[in-house]
Amino acid sequence: MDKTIELPLRAQDDVVAVRQAVRSQAVSIGLSLVDQTKLVTAASELARNTVIHGGGGTATLEVIQESSKRGIRLTFEDRGPGIRDIELALKDGFTTGNGLDLGRGGARRLTSSFSIESTQGVGTKIVITQWAKQ
Amino acid sequence: MDKIPILKLGPFLLVTIQVDMHDRLAMILQEELTDRIVTDHARGVLIDISSLDIVDSFIGRMLSNIAGMARVLDAETVVVGMQPSVAITLVELGLSLPGIRTALNVDRGMDLLKASLVEEEAVRGQDD
Repeated sequence: MDKTIELPLRAQDDVVAVRQAVRSQAVSIGLSLVDQTKLVTAASELARNTVIHGGGGTATLEVIQESSKRGIRLTFEDRGPGIRDIELALKDGFTTGNGLDLGRGGARRLTSSFSIESTQGVGTKIVITQWAKQ
Repeated sequence: MDKIPILKLGPFLLVTIQVDMHDRLAMILQEELTDRIVTDHARGVLIDISSLDIVDSFIGRMLSNIAGMARVLDAETVVVGMQPSVAITLVELGLSLPGIRTALNVDRGMDLLKASLVEEEAVRGQDD
């Protein structure tokens, strides 16, 4: 139940590994196929951001429970340069790297909850949650 | 190193993406496809994504790039076989795959490519 997995995010291949781990956890708690797809897609965007913008970091996958609800919480952490203007960074089309970049804004739309903390020079932490529908 | 095979079928190139692509592999596919359009004188590209269980912004951009590059090289691109859950996610993500023609399956995609070739030849015939 409280299975927690921490995966490294250093290179592009790690993004694939995170996608696959998120998928298997999403299947294990019975997320619908659409919710699985949304969560894996959001994870892919955020994992890539961690590698490209954050200079690498970690992804933590947790199965969580709140009363009778089950869900998956994903935390992406890096010790990169941080984000100067979070509101701007959440806008579609904002990119400093090699993306579209629908990454963060897209991840926020695809999941049940989204939070971001970033300190310049310290790093960025993004947490997303997807709940299984009852 | 993974490699995605590109098959030649008459004037068309056929690609079936069956692996979970990392970004570098997506870039390699993009380059190889544009090379093959030129060397094989291809007039159309059909990309089957029925095995892809997600299309994120990077893969979406790769598909748009391929379609744009193919167009500049006088070839049409059709993307076929998108899973319904992928389509729902793409729209919510905000990706509209600009410039990409889509079809439900390989059969319909081939019909589209053939039709656009016939149409184009008819137009060229009039010009002569």
